Amino acid sequence: MSGPPSPSPGPAPRRAGAPPAPSHLSAETVERARELIALYPEARSALIPLCHLAQEQDGWLRPEAMADIAALVGVTPAEVYGTASFYDMLHTEPVGTHLVSVCTNIACLLGGAAELLEHAETSLGVNVGGTTVDGAITLEEAECLADCDRAPCVQVNHRYVGAQTPESFDRLVADLRTGARADEIPRHGTLVRVRRSVGLRAGRDRVVAERAAMAAAQAARAEEAAAAAAGRKEGSA
Amino acid sequence: MADRDAARPGAGQDAAEATVTFTLDGREVTARKGEMLIAAAERAGTFIPRFCYHPRMSSVGVCRMCLVEVSGPRGATLQPSCFIEATEGAVVDTLSDKVKKAQDGVLEFLLVNHPLDCPVCDKGGECPLQDQTLAYGPGESRFVEEKRHFEKPIPVSELVLLDRERCIQCSRCTRFASEVAGEAQIDFIGRGEEIEVNTFPDLPFSSYFSGNTVQICPVGALTAAPYRFAARPWDLDQVESTCTTCAVGCRVAVQSSANRVTRLLGIDSDPVNHGWLCDKGRFAFEAVNDGDRVTEPMVRIDGELTPVTWHEALERVADGLRSAAADGPEGIGFIGGARLTNEGAYAWTKLAKGVLGTDSVDAQLGDGLPAAAVLGLPRATIDQAATAATVVLLAGDLREELPVLYLRLRSRVVGGDLSLVELSPQATASTPFASVSLRYRPGDAAGLARAMVDDTASLPAGTDPAALAEARRLTGSGPVVVVIGRPSLAEDGRLVAEAARILAEARPDCRFLPALRRGNVLGALDMGMAPGVLPGRVDLDDARAWFAREWDTVPERAGRDTVGMLRSAAGPAAGGSGDPDPTVRVRALVLLGADPTGDLPDARLAGEGLDGAEFVVQVASSTAALSTRADVVLPAAEAHERPGTTTNIEGRVTRLGQKLVPPGQAWPDWMIAAELASHLDADLGLDSLHGVWDEVERLAPAYRGITRSVLEAAGGDGVVAPLATSGVGISRRSVPGPLDPIAFPGVESVERQGAPPRAGFAESPTAVTTAAVATGGEGGAADASGREDGGTEGDGPPARPPLLGVPADLGAPRVPPTDSYTSRLVASRRLYDRGAAVAASPALAALVPEPPVRVNPHDLDDLGVAPGGDVLVRTATASLVAPAVADPSLPRKVVAADFNLPLAGGSIADLIDATAPVTELRLETP
Repeated sequence: MSGPPSPSPGPAPRRAGAPPAPSHLSAETVERARELIALYPEARSALIPLCHLAQEQDGWLRPEAMADIAALVGVTPAEVYGTASFYDMLHTEPVGTHLVSVCTNIACLLGGAAELLEHAETSLGVNVGGTTVDGAITLEEAECLADCDRAPCVQVNHRYVGAQTPESFDRLVADLRTGARADEIPRHGTLVRVRRSVGLRAGRDRVVAERAAMAAAQAARAEEAAAAAAGRKEGSA
Repeated sequence: MADRDAARPGAGQDAAEATVTFTLDGREVTARKGEMLIAAAERAGTFIPRFCYHPRMSSVGVCRMCLVEVSGPRGATLQPSCFIEATEGAVVDTLSDKVKKAQDGVLEFLLVNHPLDCPVCDKGGECPLQDQTLAYGPGESRFVEEKRHFEKPIPVSELVLLDRERCIQCSRCTRFASEVAGEAQIDFIGRGEEIEVNTFPDLPFSSYFSGNTVQICPVGALTAAPYRFAARPWDLDQVESTCTTCAVGCRVAVQSSANRVTRLLGIDSDPVNHGWLCDKGRFAFEAVNDGDRVTEPMVRIDGELTPVTWHEALERVADGLRSAAADGPEGIGFIGGARLTNEGAYAWTKLAKGVLGTDSVDAQLGDGLPAAAVLGLPRATIDQAATAATVVLLAGDLREELPVLYLRLRSRVVGGDLSLVELSPQATASTPFASVSLRYRPGDAAGLARAMVDDTASLPAGTDPAALAEARRLTGSGPVVVVIGRPSLAEDGRLVAEAARILAEARPDCRFLPALRRGNVLGALDMGMAPGVLPGRVDLDDARAWFAREWDTVPERAGRDTVGMLRSAAGPAAGGSGDPDPTVRVRALVLLGADPTGDLPDARLAGEGLDGAEFVVQVASSTAALSTRADVVLPAAEAHERPGTTTNIEGRVTRLGQKLVPPGQAWPDWMIAAELASHLDADLGLDSLHGVWDEVERLAPAYRGITRSVLEAAGGDGVVAPLATSGVGISRRSVPGPLDPIAFPGVESVERQGAPPRAGFAESPTAVTTAAVATGGEGGAADASGREDGGTEGDGPPARPPLLGVPADLGAPRVPPTDSYTSRLVASRRLYDRGAAVAASPALAALVPEPPVRVNPHDLDDLGVAPGGDVLVRTATASLVAPAVADPSLPRKVVAADFNLPLAGGSIADLIDATAPVTELRLETP
């Protein structure tokens, strides 16, 4: 959307055939958006991937970004808003750098999810759905995240971080705040799936690289933890 | 979509062959193939309750109210009847216990969050949810939980308010916005129990059609600002009428209380509006209620308009007209008349041409098309345009000028059934879905039309050859309808008419739909309110003998049009060159509901003409439109205050309803003309509204056979004149169908209170039977022979004159070539402008925009002005400084601006030269 909405309440004159150029989305995002649009017979089919792209840029779906998407796929901003607001993974309100999702479905509930969530609320000082004052963490309660063997299951920015206890949760939050796990967990909104499209080599390369980096980081951290545990065992013995 | 089939002529026959038979509640019912169960059942007389289903929109099956039990190979299941086609052999039960239980359940669910605030809800009394809960609901609810709460009504636009608590998520409004209007500025936001209808943040539902969502809302969620808390439906009385805000002729129910119009609701007229109205038509009634009305005759005494009696005023007018006609009857000119009923227009024409003997009568104010073209070109109906292979748009922006015609054409184009070829100097609302948009510089329309039909013709400069080739292909075969209007008010109307004439010559099967916007302008032209014609679409010379038989006199020669009258009145100073008769100057002007200073594109000429006239009479209803030059003002009744008939762009004649008593001493126009005639010692021979119409039917050739009984029998859809050649006679639905209270709530509920919508004449019309309709129709189609004509045809009368044909020559002026420094002006119309109807309607007056001047981006670059910066626009006689924006749709050296709108720096009417073929100007830095 170029500038604020017209003060005149009459229908905006539709003069030119071409929609206005996106003004909020970055050139790189727009380029990627055009690649995605080209994959579909109808431009509006790319609406949801484009919402994820915009979320990657800003961390959430800003109204300006939705207006840009509307212009890119040829729908009204209200239709973008209507679609985005339907999906839990698309956020039309600001979200912290890290979105922490705690599963409270049956397996996780039995595994202590309720206690974990209560601890999280207390330690973060926010209710479910809230964002800490420093803008680092948004806490949400999630439906089944399909990681029931590691209950209570937690995701940060839609990346699994394994079963959490109240203590490990606090360490996790501290790490997120210091950026210690930035190699493993990108900022909110980054979704590899948006880049994973058939026929676009750049996208696939990036997916592969991203996966490898995350796996390496997780492996290194697991090794470190194992070493530390072994050290503690030796020390106590 | 149901209406698509219905709209296509011949669909009826095809469908009659492709039918299916199924069992409905134990009886055999025949349905059209592909018809939804709910519609098939309704035609068979079984009403199935519904909320989301609307016959004019796509089925979505979301409210589940229309569940019926359908037995098929897999046993009996509950199916939404709005979403299931009638199939051969199906067994459908709408009354089973299972269905009853489902209806109970659905209504209990729909009411879970509904606030049940019926006593304070505007929809109470006409609410489909209320009515169907009573008829089909469980009576009580098991839910005791807290209902969901929203901020009570939020404005989604200046006109429409939304109460989300009452919403039942039927999606009628969102479907209307996206499917019908093509402006999906409202949508469902959220999901599940949090779902709500809303707009994008800070982006209002700014559609010209937003009022329709209020009308089709099946609950009180959407309300219109002018009607909120204004009345209860059972206190309203109503009459069926035709909206005369523009010339489309949408059918409406005018509802009133205590001699004030409370609201207008659209009535579904299949050939015209499909139930939709534009917001201007829907809400401009406020001007009738609250506009500062002229209530008494007034005469200017010592510079002040002073109330007098009708007798004094008419005596003064008669004296003034007599002295103005001293040199000849052409000394009197009549301007305006598009506001009149057909009866009013006929009476004034008869007074001007048949009593005074002047042919200088013009209902158009320099913003229309030559009458010879409008009346002579073969006319299309809206249905014919909608079902053509290709529509050529050579008119202003239809969404701004004839909004519901835009809706009708848009739905066909978007549905892929119709191709649109647009010939326009600038992009319009139709451009995004036009197959081809050919841009032309003002003055080149005829050249472009020539190039479309003649491969050897030279192309106007700047024409895209590929687009032209595509336009030729699209118009080369299949039925073509040309919508012809005024793409620019700064371009002589004859130039556009000439383009239409070229197309008509090359493609004799081509039909034309005039896109003239003033209320009853087509009726006024049909009644002879243009120079060179007489009532009934006949030429003055052809029909002189025919009318001389009944009228006192008939003009000797063709008179002046509005521009000619004003030039003559202005005197030699204005340069009367080209005047048909410079010897007799126009000394008196009679303004019939028109004020040239606001309405004529050329403000300077209007001012000079009125100043130059010795005597000015204005027949007016609103003081806002009073001319400061009027010597006598005669108060006239407005829309909804007088019965009569009107004629729309198709030539469709429908009846107007009267719901209000005119204020003060205002009279219907035909009565003013008749009284004035008697003050001129003549007898107009018109003493009742019926009498006027009977004379029109008898004398006006195009209206032959359209008797009062035919009009009565035709109902709301009216009949298309002339009956003989229109191919569209009396509607097949000679008995009006029942109003659908769920599709268009509000009309039927008032009827149930004892006031059925009734149109028409003050006196009760004679009873007619279908036999009378057939006689009337055939009588018109065949000949006058064998019909009673009141004995007037007994003594070797002159032959009934022929209707006007395609004109051979329209006298289109030659457009001089321009040098490379000169630009041409495009002056276009917007729906909400400074006209009297909008200005006097509080709800609409706030919506008048103030758009900047638009310039081709390269031209703006050449000037060195940034978009949004000021430019100096200079013509030979005037100049103004105004902000300009870049518009890439404009050809080089074309400057576009909107007429009759506020413009920082002045008014575009100051620049337009109505006497030049095109208005040329220089673009400079201020």
